[in-house]
Amino acid sequence: MAHAYTPGLKVTERAIVRKTRRLPILGEVLVEKGQSVSPDTVVARTNIPGNPMTVNVANVLGVEPEDILDFMTKKEGDTIRKDEILANYRSFFGLFRHEVKSPVDGTVEMISTVTGQVTLREPPIPVEVDAYIDGVVEEVLPREGVVVRTEGAFIQGIFGVGGETQGIVRVAVDGPDDVLDESCFTPQDKGKVIVGGSLVTAAGIKKAAEVGAKGVVVGGIIDTDLIAYLGHDIGVAITGHEDVPVTLIITEGFGKMRMADRTFQLFKAISGFKASINGATQIRAGVMRPEIIVPGFQATEQLVEHDLSEGLVPGTPLRIIREPYFGQLAEVVDLPPELQVIETEAKVRILRAKLQDGTIVTIPRANVEIIEK
Amino acid sequence: MPEEKAFQLDREINSVLATDCGSTTTKAILIEKVGDEYRLIVRGEAPTTVEAPFEDVTAGARNAIREVEELTGKTLLDEKGVITPRRPDGTGVDIYMSTSSAGGGLQMMVAGVVKTMTAESAARAALGAGAIVMDVISVDDGRKPHEKIQRIRHLRPDMILLSGGIDGGTITHVVEIAELISAAEPKPRLGIGFKLPVIYAGNKDARPHIQSSLGQKVDLRITDNLRPVLEKEVLGPAREEIHNLFMEHVMAQAPGYNKLMSWTPVPIMPTPGAVGICMQTASREYDVSVIGVDIGGATTDVFSVFGEFFNRTVSANLGMSYSICNVLLEAGVQNILRWIPFKIDEGDLRNRIRNKMIRPTTIPQTLDELVIEQAIAREALRLAFLHHKSLAVGLRGVHKERTIGDTFEQTGSGESYIDLMDLGMLVGSGGVLSHAPRRAQSAMMMLDAFQPEGLTMLAVDSIFMTPQLGILSTIHPKAAMQVFERDCLIILGTAIAPAGPSGSAKPGDSCVKVTLEWDDQSVTEEVPYGQMKVVPVPNGKTAKAVIQPSRQFNAGAGYGHTVEKTINGGVVGVIIDCRGRPFTPPADEASRNAKLLEWFRALNLYPQESLEKYAK
Repeated sequence: MAHAYTPGLKVTERAIVRKTRRLPILGEVLVEKGQSVSPDTVVARTNIPGNPMTVNVANVLGVEPEDILDFMTKKEGDTIRKDEILANYRSFFGLFRHEVKSPVDGTVEMISTVTGQVTLREPPIPVEVDAYIDGVVEEVLPREGVVVRTEGAFIQGIFGVGGETQGIVRVAVDGPDDVLDESCFTPQDKGKVIVGGSLVTAAGIKKAAEVGAKGVVVGGIIDTDLIAYLGHDIGVAITGHEDVPVTLIITEGFGKMRMADRTFQLFKAISGFKASINGATQIRAGVMRPEIIVPGFQATEQLVEHDLSEGLVPGTPLRIIREPYFGQLAEVVDLPPELQVIETEAKVRILRAKLQDGTIVTIPRANVEIIEK
Repeated sequence: MPEEKAFQLDREINSVLATDCGSTTTKAILIEKVGDEYRLIVRGEAPTTVEAPFEDVTAGARNAIREVEELTGKTLLDEKGVITPRRPDGTGVDIYMSTSSAGGGLQMMVAGVVKTMTAESAARAALGAGAIVMDVISVDDGRKPHEKIQRIRHLRPDMILLSGGIDGGTITHVVEIAELISAAEPKPRLGIGFKLPVIYAGNKDARPHIQSSLGQKVDLRITDNLRPVLEKEVLGPAREEIHNLFMEHVMAQAPGYNKLMSWTPVPIMPTPGAVGICMQTASREYDVSVIGVDIGGATTDVFSVFGEFFNRTVSANLGMSYSICNVLLEAGVQNILRWIPFKIDEGDLRNRIRNKMIRPTTIPQTLDELVIEQAIAREALRLAFLHHKSLAVGLRGVHKERTIGDTFEQTGSGESYIDLMDLGMLVGSGGVLSHAPRRAQSAMMMLDAFQPEGLTMLAVDSIFMTPQLGILSTIHPKAAMQVFERDCLIILGTAIAPAGPSGSAKPGDSCVKVTLEWDDQSVTEEVPYGQMKVVPVPNGKTAKAVIQPSRQFNAGAGYGHTVEKTINGGVVGVIIDCRGRPFTPPADEASRNAKLLEWFRALNLYPQESLEKYAK
C-alpha cells in the first residue's frame, strides 16, 4: 500500500474544526445556517418514545388471554395514571375481586389477546443535542442536526474516557516529564481542564474529582490505575460513555510517557482559554480520538488545511509508537524502498530515523506516526 | 452445493476479478484460466474508503483494482466501473464480484423462545450467514421483560431474526417475544428514519399474530420456520433472507455500495458468509472435516465442517489489535504468561497490550514483542475455539437419532460434535498466522490453541483470499477450488498428536514410534511423552506413515493401536507432538520456561541464539 504509515495525531495551534451534531432519531433542528452558537446552545431536539412496560394481565387475573378484553378498564390509546386500575375481574357476585393497577403513567399501547400481555408506554423522553463548541452553524442537516464550524487550537489525544465537557485550561506542572499527582490540584481547579506531564497518578485523578475539575489531560496512565478509576476493565477501545466525574485524555500511551514537547508547549499557550474536550475514543473503522478544542485561539501560525499527501520524507518529524524506542521523538533520515529483515525476521518496509540524542535507528514504517502541525 | 445461488453463469468464464472490502483494507484478486487451470494472477490492495473523508467504498475498490491493473498492464476499469465482459482487445474481465465486511459488517440480534433450542438455532442461522450476533433474546434467558426491552432498544442492529415454536405448536411464547420487540421499537444502525428489518422464521401458525404486532412498526419479512419440527433445523431460507436484506438494507445504506452493486451481477456477500462457503466446498472436495479460523484485529471467526454440519461463530471481541485488551481480560494475564519463555513484569505486559490496542497498526520489532504477540494470539484462538465448541452442538431437546460413520455421532443432548480426532484439516488465516516470520510459528500457535488429535493437516491462507473464493464458488466451484488448492493455501504439514495418556504416564515415558517413507527416504522416530519432533517431509510430497502409539496413547485407531496412512508434508514438515491431549504447560514457572524452550527448539520456532538468551 502506498501510505503504510500512521498519519498521527493533530496538534495544531490553528485548525478549522467541524463537528456534526446529530440526533439519534429524526426530530427538529432549532438553529439556522450562519447562526453563532455556544457549547450549551441546543441545536436540535426530538422526543424518543417513552419506556414501554409490559403487564401480563391474563396471568395476574387468572383468565385466558383471549378473554382479557372483557376485563380491561382501558382500551388501546387511553391514557393511564400510575396505580390506576387497568383491568379487574370479579367472581362470585363480586365476592372475589382481582385487579391490575398500572405501574406507570402513560398510555395503553397494545392489548394482546394471544399472550394476555398489555403494553403501556411512558410519556416521550425529550432528547436535546447541544453545540458542544463555540462556533457557527455551517450546515443544517434537515431533521437530523447541524454541522458546527469553528477555528482555533486543536489537539488530539490517543485514548480517553468520559464524555464531552468544557473548562478553562490550566497547566499544573512545570515540564512534560512531570507527574500529575494530588499535590498539583487546588480548590480553584473546580470546573477546569488540568494538564499534566508524563503521568497522572491514581491519587491525582481522585483529587481532580474531589476538587471538581472537568478534565485531565496527560501523557500516560498506568493501566491498573485506569481500571481502578473506571471501576471495571476495558476490553475493547470504544469509550466516551463512562460514568466518570472527570474526562481523562492521554496523549501518548499507557505507562509513564513524557508528553511530546510540541503538545506540552501548545497546552501552555492555551492555558487560561476555554476548551471543549471529549474523551470518546473508538479505534475501529471510523477512528475517533479524544480531543481538546479551543475555539477562537489566536495563533501565530498561518492557517493551513492539512495536506498529508506528501507522507513521509527525509526530515519529517516522527514519534515512535512501539518498543524498543517507544515514545521517542525522531526525524526521518531516509526511506529505503526495498523490504528489509528486522529482528523478528519479518520482511517489512522500514525507515531510518535520527533520535533526539543523535542515534540513527531502523524502525518499521508501521511503528511511527508523523507529528502533524 | 452452497445454498445461495442467486446468479447463473451465462457465459464461459476465463477471467474473474473479485474484491473483498474489509473494515480496513480492500483486497482485489485477478484469476485467469491458464491452460486448463484457473490460477491467481495478481492481487492488489488499498485502504477501505467507507469512512470519512471518502465515504465511498468504490474509491478503495478502484484503488485496489488499479494496483492489479498496474501489475498486469491490463485495463480493467472505466468511468462506470469494472469492464465486463472481457472485450476482444483484452480489456476488462468476464465477471466481477465482491464480498464486504466494511463498516462493521452485518450486526444482528436474534430471538427465540427457548434459549437452547430455537434461539440457538436462530443464532446459528445468523452466524452462518456471516453476521455478528449482538445478543440472543429468549423467553427463558433470565432477564425480566423490561430488561429485554431495554436491551433491544439500546442495541441498534442491522436486523433481527425472530424464531420460536415448531410448526403447529404453541404460539403464545413467540408472540410474546414479538410483542417485546414491538414495545421496544428498535431502530436500525444505519439509515436514520428507516424501519428496522425483522425476519420471522418461527411457528407458521403464529404469522398473523406476528404480522399484527410487528407489521406496522418494522420492515417484517416472513420465511420458513427454521425449526419446523423439534428434530430438524432448516437454516437455508432464513440465511437466504438475511443475505437479501443485507443487500437491500445494510449495503444500500453504506456509502458507495449502490454504485458497487451496479458493477456486479452477483449479490455482494458478507465476508464471513463467503469464507464459510469456501470451507464447506473445501471439506467436500478433500472429503475431510475442516476447521478454519480467521483471527483479525477486532474479531476472530471460527468455521467448522464436520460431516453435513457447518457452523460458524464469531468472537466479536477477540482480536489482535482493537480487541486485544479483551483477550487479556477474558484469558487473564497468567494464561498469556504461560506461553512466554522469559520473565516479564506483569504491569509492563499489561501496558504493552494496551498500547497495541490504541495503536493497532504497529508491528513487533523485537523478538520479545513477537513472542508476546504470539502468546496473546494463542489465547485469542483458544477462547474463540471454546466459544465455537459451545455453539457447534447437536440439536438440544431431541433424542439421539442417528449415527453416521464410525467416528461421527449426531448427538441429541447438546454435546459438541467437534471431534478433534476426526479433524482432517485446520486452516488458519489473519495477520498473526498468515504473516508469522517463520511458518512453524503459525503451526505451533494452532497446535497450542486447538490441540488437534491424531492426524491433522495444518495450513494457512497466505493472503486471505478465501472470501473471494467463497463467493466465486457459488457460481464457479471448479475455478474456486483450483485456486484454493494451488495459490491460496500454504500447507504447513501434518501434525501427529496422540491423545492421552489414559493412565499415569510420566514425561519421558514411551509415547509413539513413527515411520515415514517418501521418495527414497525412510525415517523412524521414537518420541517420548512430553516432547516434540519435526520430520522435514517437503511441501508437495506425501509420506507413507506408520504410527505406533504406546498403550496409553491413541493416534486414531484406539489406545495402543497402529495407524497407517498417507500424509502430507509441508513447508514445516511432519510434526510429532507428544505433549499429550489435552495438555497445558507446566504451572511452575522455571520448569514451564524450560519446557517451552525445548518445544520451541524442536520446531526451530525462533532464532537459536535468542532461545539461548532466554534460557539464561
